[in-house]
Parts: sequence; structure tokens; C-alpha cells
Amino acid sequence: MERRTLFPGRLLPALLILPQLALTVVFFLWPALQAIKSSLEREDAFGTSTEFVGLENFADLFSDPLYVAAIGRTALFCVCVTALAMGVALLLAVLADTEIRGRAFYRTMLIWPYAVAPAMAAVLWVLMVHPQIGLVGAWLNRIGVAWDYKLDGTQAMALVIVAAAWKQVSYNFIFFLAGLQAIPKTIVEAARIDGSRGFHRFRTIVLPLLMPTVYFLLVVDLVYAAFDTFATVYAVNGGGPGQSTQTLVLKVYLDGVVNANIGSSSAQSVVLMAGVIVLCAVQFRYLGRKAVT
Amino acid sequence: MAGLRLEGLRKSFGANEILKGVDLALADGEMLVIVGASGCGKSTLLRLVAGLESPTAGRILIDDQDVTGRDPSARDIAMVFQNYALYPHMSVFDNMAYGLKIRGLPKSEIRAKVDAASSLLGLDALLDRKPRQLSGGQRQRVAMGRAIVRDPKLFLFDEPLSNLDAKLRVQMRGEIRRLQRRLRVTSLYVTHDQVEAMTLGDRLLVMHQGVPVQLATPTEVFERPADTYVAGFIGSPAMNLLPGILGRNGTVVAVEGTEIPLGNRRFARPDGHPVTLGIRPEHVALDPAGTSWPVEVVELLGSEMLVHAGRADGASLTLRLPNGAALSDTVRVSFPAGQLHLFDRATGLRLEAVA
Amino acid sequence: MMRSRLVALIPHAVLILAVLLFAFPIWIAIAGSTQDSAAIARGDISLIPDPAGLGVYRDVLVNGSAGAGPVWRALLVSAGMALVIALGKIALSLPSAYAVTFFRFPFRMTAFWLIFLTLMLPVEVRLIPTFQVMSSLDLINSFTGLTIPLVASATATLLFRQTFLTLPDELVEAARMDGAGPLRFLKDIIIPISGANIAALFVILFVYGWNQYLWPLLVATDPKLDTVVIGIVKMIGVDTATEWNKVMATAVLALLPPVAVVLLMQRWFVKGLTEGDK
Repeated sequence: MERRTLFPGRLLPALLILPQLALTVVFFLWPALQAIKSSLEREDAFGTSTEFVGLENFADLFSDPLYVAAIGRTALFCVCVTALAMGVALLLAVLADTEIRGRAFYRTMLIWPYAVAPAMAAVLWVLMVHPQIGLVGAWLNRIGVAWDYKLDGTQAMALVIVAAAWKQVSYNFIFFLAGLQAIPKTIVEAARIDGSRGFHRFRTIVLPLLMPTVYFLLVVDLVYAAFDTFATVYAVNGGGPGQSTQTLVLKVYLDGVVNANIGSSSAQSVVLMAGVIVLCAVQFRYLGRKAVT
Repeated sequence: MAGLRLEGLRKSFGANEILKGVDLALADGEMLVIVGASGCGKSTLLRLVAGLESPTAGRILIDDQDVTGRDPSARDIAMVFQNYALYPHMSVFDNMAYGLKIRGLPKSEIRAKVDAASSLLGLDALLDRKPRQLSGGQRQRVAMGRAIVRDPKLFLFDEPLSNLDAKLRVQMRGEIRRLQRRLRVTSLYVTHDQVEAMTLGDRLLVMHQGVPVQLATPTEVFERPADTYVAGFIGSPAMNLLPGILGRNGTVVAVEGTEIPLGNRRFARPDGHPVTLGIRPEHVALDPAGTSWPVEVVELLGSEMLVHAGRADGASLTLRLPNGAALSDTVRVSFPAGQLHLFDRATGLRLEAVA
Repeated sequence: MMRSRLVALIPHAVLILAVLLFAFPIWIAIAGSTQDSAAIARGDISLIPDPAGLGVYRDVLVNGSAGAGPVWRALLVSAGMALVIALGKIALSLPSAYAVTFFRFPFRMTAFWLIFLTLMLPVEVRLIPTFQVMSSLDLINSFTGLTIPLVASATATLLFRQTFLTLPDELVEAARMDGAGPLRFLKDIIIPISGANIAALFVILFVYGWNQYLWPLLVATDPKLDTVVIGIVKMIGVDTATEWNKVMATAVLALLPPVAVVLLMQRWFVKGLTEGDK
């Protein structure tokens, strides 16, 4: 889409866009290209020289059982977080969309967690389920459940999934509610006159009309679960116990920043980059076209 | 004084030629209405005069000064848009004052000009309102006010009444006419509505596919349409156009084998020349001795009615009759010689009688 | 009659349950912050806040707790970071969007796509090289380094561009007839009518800036530059002899500003978020 009426001139628009463009190139594009470059190189043990190794870093990566396990773990984590966050949000949005008393109150009380940082979500949940000091965690142990997410990998995974999903529900809720309110009342009324009611009406009328929102949130939530949850997972257990909550982003950080394995970390970065690009392309293809063209 | 002259004005977008050469001269204080179907180039013409587009060829002269390359703001013109284009965040006063502020007029002078325009338009009580608090007619008035305060050499109107409901449109039409007469500002008015065109213009310019087809007074355009396009476009319901053959030394037209006399007019074309015969629905006469047309639909319009008749071969005819005229399944009609228009079938151009 | 009334209560029941579920972790932090640290460590946390313990907030703000500096300082860093990022992103995105929408200049779409590309390049996927760029520009451990690289924003640029595209052409034309040039139009028309968008973006971007974790972790190791989010994660990391009431008080303080911004500007925020479509 283009505007019909434009202002003449070239210098002014160039000046207006330059600051943003400069930041983009220096802090986004340049590092990204560097990541691609170092993913094709290897440093010697002393860090004195680098040599071009082609796709060797990638080959090493995918033959490393730890990395393959991390892929599977990340996939599981993303699917669980997305499903949980979307399911709960949809249910709540459908209920809050009805002509219910106190609608504004419910809405406000469900929207505020949007403001909670992913790291803070972890902190709040730890304070609640900590095996010694957490109200819920201590209670679980008192009634005989051996609850300690610092020792039990499965429990740790469950915790990070719930904490990550908990924070994301409000975002989904906002979009589902907006999506539901955008459905013309007359369509729902026509369905009522046709005798469609309850869950049947939801499944055959409302849900199909809500599908654009569902797809949009699917992509957003997957990106959120894959990347933004670094802080959540890192704050709970630092990826532990063992590697049990080590997702791909955590691994990039641990291998690159903590263990200073530049080649492998860069290759991992490139793999993740490819992942985001695929997700964005899907979103662009099916949903975002209007936003860009 | 402030006239407008267009010389050989052309505009193409890529390979697509929108305006194919327009020459035009407006006298000072004249209101010229450009009318045509959508896509005829009328809006492009207006936007060229406004300076919002630059012409591919040709010159624009306002007050005998060539303004072709000038910025819109340097042409001393004002424009009223179809969607009003009021600044949504500014009050009525600020909307009208904005152009004057940019020109750096002193505050007191701005105040005086806006006050004068707003009392002229009956907007005095609304000066502090925002556009969204106004009705469609009021917004239209503000848009006019914004044009008036600038005291321009030329007013441009781009379908200014199209967004109003029918009743308001009639009222605003009258107001625009009165205002223009009173201010005597040369005006160019674009519309697709022929009633607006007939009632507002000192002269009309009918455009068709980028070409001006007729430039004349409203009466002239109605009574002597320059071609079949104008004949069909101006007048509602449209003029009936029937294919025929000229005969008897240019004094009759044969339609479907029936000879229709042209009165004491003679047309200088050889017998057998294909023509198009035009007659307005109100001029078709009921005549027991005339040709027979099966009636298809009758529309009652209150004081009169429209009768749509059609033949199996696809020829159709519309009649405008006083309400209550006796009708059966068929009507018998004749075409009074004095009310007939004749066009060349190949070129569509009007044919004039030689004597 | 009785039954249908019960059925009508189900939505309320579910919604109230959800409200409680979302508020519960915060409530624990609020209640816990006012209680005795030793009692919490034993697992004896009460759900009823103790007004006598409110002094802890003064304490953490001024003195901080073991392993972390005074919280006022961290709050200041967070607030500075969130404000610079939010306002900076708006200040850079609005002119960029204006340039690509209202002008035609060479490489216009290339520039737009480059900005759009940043959506696909979160910090997480370019950690090491970004760090290297930062250190070669000597931006590590500086407030500038903490904020400026995050000021580019594809999201805000897209949102502004989308709303600019919906403005009627006639508005621009009317302004040009009135004699407004491009800068004047930007100042007199575009910025005033973008008010609601700016407000919505401010909320979204303030929360974004306040909630940063990986970025400060990467580029600011100096404790003086610890944001409150970084600080609290450090606090729960040391497990032994933790002063739990102070941790909880800090958590509450860390949540207060972004939650307040979201709730106070809820109307604009929801509208801007859902209409912008990212």
C-alpha cells in the first residue's frame, strides 16, 4: 500500500530515518553477520588464531547428543507453554466476553500480569513453591510429596513451564478478548436464531472467526517460549538440575558467555536465527502481510 | 482579474494516459462544473490545477501567471474535499486559522477573518468544537470556511457534497451557489452528479475517458448534447437512443422499418447513412396511430411515472408520463419531430440540420 | 430456577478462581515481606500481612540486603533504563515511519526492511557478537550501553507506519494547500493525532525496558548498574541465610512500577496493543 500524496525531498526523509537505521546496522545487523561468520570458523585453544571450517561447527552441533536433547526439551517446553497459555486465556476470554457483571474488574485483574517480567515470574513462583520457605512447596512436603525442583528435573521443568505460561496468559487474554469483541454481534445472533447454542455455537461460529487471532498468538507464544523465557528458566535453576531445564537459548548463553566456546555458540545462534526467521516468515505469510505491504 | 486558463494539459501515470489534452479558459468569477463518470479524469484535472500532481505536458495559468511548477501553497487557491479533510485534533477555529497562521498573519487579523467567515457560514456557535462533534453538514461548512478565510483567487471543489445525505445535499448545494455568487470567486467544481452540475455551474465541462467532450452552459448541454455519451449522461432518466438509417434525402430516419419524419429539418448525409436517433423520455408521445411497444415495468414517482417498454429484439424505450395515464400491455407511441436528436452512429457526434 | 441460577454462577466462579490464581503469588510476596525472616525460613509463612513489618520496605530501599545494594539505586537504574528505552524508541520510530510513509527516496524500502529485520534478530540469537561490538565501542558497563542499543524498534515503526497509512490523503493535501511543509505537518498534525498511539506504545515499551534481563546481564556486570530485576534474581540465587522478607519486599517494589503503568494506562494500552498487531 502506498500513499497518493507525498512530500517532495530526499534529504529530510534520509535524516529522519538515519538514527534508527544506524542503530539497526550497528547493533543488530552487524552482530548477526558476525555470528554467521564465526559459526563458520574455529578458534584454537589459545584464542590466537581462527580458521575457516565450513559447516563443521554445525555438524558437531547436531551430532552432540546434549544439543539434540536440548532441541527436544525446548520443543516440549514451547509446546507446553503455548498450549497452556492459550488454552487458559481462551477460556477466560470467552467467559469475560459474555454479558457478565463485573466484567471490567475481571478484565483488569487478568491484564496486570502483562507487566510482570519473565524473570519476576520465576521469582514469584519460586517464593511460592520453594520446598522450604514457599507456602505451597513446604505444604507439599508436609503432606508427603517429595517436592524439590532443585533436585528433581521433571518438577523443575513443570515449574518453569507453569511460570512461563502464567506470565503469558494475560497477553493472550487481551488478544482473544479483542478478537471476540471484533466478531459482529449479528453473526452470533443469526446463529442463535438458527438454533445453535452453547459449545456447539462456539465451535462452529465463534472459533472459526477467531482463527486469525489463534494463529497470530500461536506464533507470538512460540517465539516468547523459545526466547523470552531465558530469564524465567535462568532465574529458577540456571538450567538445572543437571541439564533438565536447559533450553536452546540457555545453552547459547552458557556455552558462549560462561564457557567461551565461540564457534559452537555462534553456530547455535545461527540455528536459532533460522528458527525465528521461519516463524516470522510463517507469520508474515499467513497473517502479517497487511502490516508490511 | 483572476481567471484560470489551461493549455494542452496532459497527465499520464506510466503508460496509462488519464488526461488526453485539456484546453480551458474560465472568466473571472465564473463557476465551471466538471462532470463525468468515475475514471473520466475530472479529479486528476482538479488535482493538477491544485498542484497536488504535476502535469505530463501543458500549462496552468492563474490570473495570467504560469503556476504550472509551483507548490500548491504558492498558487493562492483553496480546496474543499469530499471527506472534508478537517484536522481532527484542532477546533473549528484552528482548522480555519491554520493556513493563515502558517502565512504569518497577525493574530487580530486571523481572528477577524475567521469571525467573518464563520458568521457568513453560521458557524459562530461552533468555533470551539472539534470536528468529531459536528454533523456532516457542519463539517462541510467548516471545510468551506477554511477555504473562504484564505481569500483565494480560485476555489476548487472536489465532490464536496457526496458524503452528505440527500436532503442535506440539496440544502448545501443552494448554499454553495449563493456563497459563490456573493464572493464572486472563480471556481472549479468536480462532481459525478448531473443534478449538481446542472444547478451549480455557469458552464459545464463534460469529460469522458480523459477527453473533454462538451463545454457549454447547462441549458445548451441538455438541449444540444454534443454526442451520444453526453446525451446519455445528462438527464435522468437517460435519453432514449435508437439505431436508425437516414433516408428520403436526409428528412426521415427509419427505425425498425418505420420511417420517422424529422419535420422540416434536413441532414446533409447520404441516404442510408447509419445514425442514432435520440429522444428524451418526457418527449415520447402516446399516439394511438404510433408504433407499438410492449410494456415491461412501470415505476410510479408520485406526480409522474416512468414506463419502460422493450421489444423482443432488445430495443428498449423509456417514457415519462403524467401519473394516471391510461396504460395497457402495450403502448403506442410517436416521436415528435421537434424533439429529436440525431447523432452519427459511427462517431457518436451530434448531427446538425442544414436548414 | 435454582439450577439455572447455579449455572449462571459458573463463569463467575471460574473467573474469580483465575483472578485469585494470578494474584496469589503476588499476595504471598506482599504478605511474606512483612513477616519475620526466620519464620519464613522455617516454612511458617502466614497469608495475613503483619503491619508491624512494613518497615522492611524502608530498610531495603535505603540499605538493601545481603548480596545486593540498596534497592532505590536499582529502581533508579530500572526506571532510567525503561524511560530512555521507551521514549527513545518512540522518538526514533515516529520519524522513521513518517519518512517511509510520506516520502519517496532511494533505498526507502531497503531501509524499511532493514528495520523490519530487527524483529527477527532478538538479543538471544546474537549474544557473543553483540557483546564484541559493545566492547569494541567501549559501551560495556555503561548506562549508554544498557539503553541505546535497545532503542531501535521495528514494532513501533510498524505500528506508526500502519496508522499513518490509514490517514486520508486529503488531510495531507489540505495541509499542503494551507502551506504546511513536511516538518510543520509532522509537528502540527502527525504528532498531535498520534497521541493515543504514543501513549499505548509508551506502556508497552516501558514494560519492555523495565523487564529486560538478558541484556543487562550481558553488558553490565558492574553492580552499580544492576537493575532491580537483575538484583532480585541475584538475591534468590544465594540460598543460605537469605533474608526472605527483604527478598519479597524487593520483589513487590520491582513489580510496582510496570504494573502501575499498565493499570493506569490500561485503556490506551489494550487498544494500541491489539490494533497494532505487533
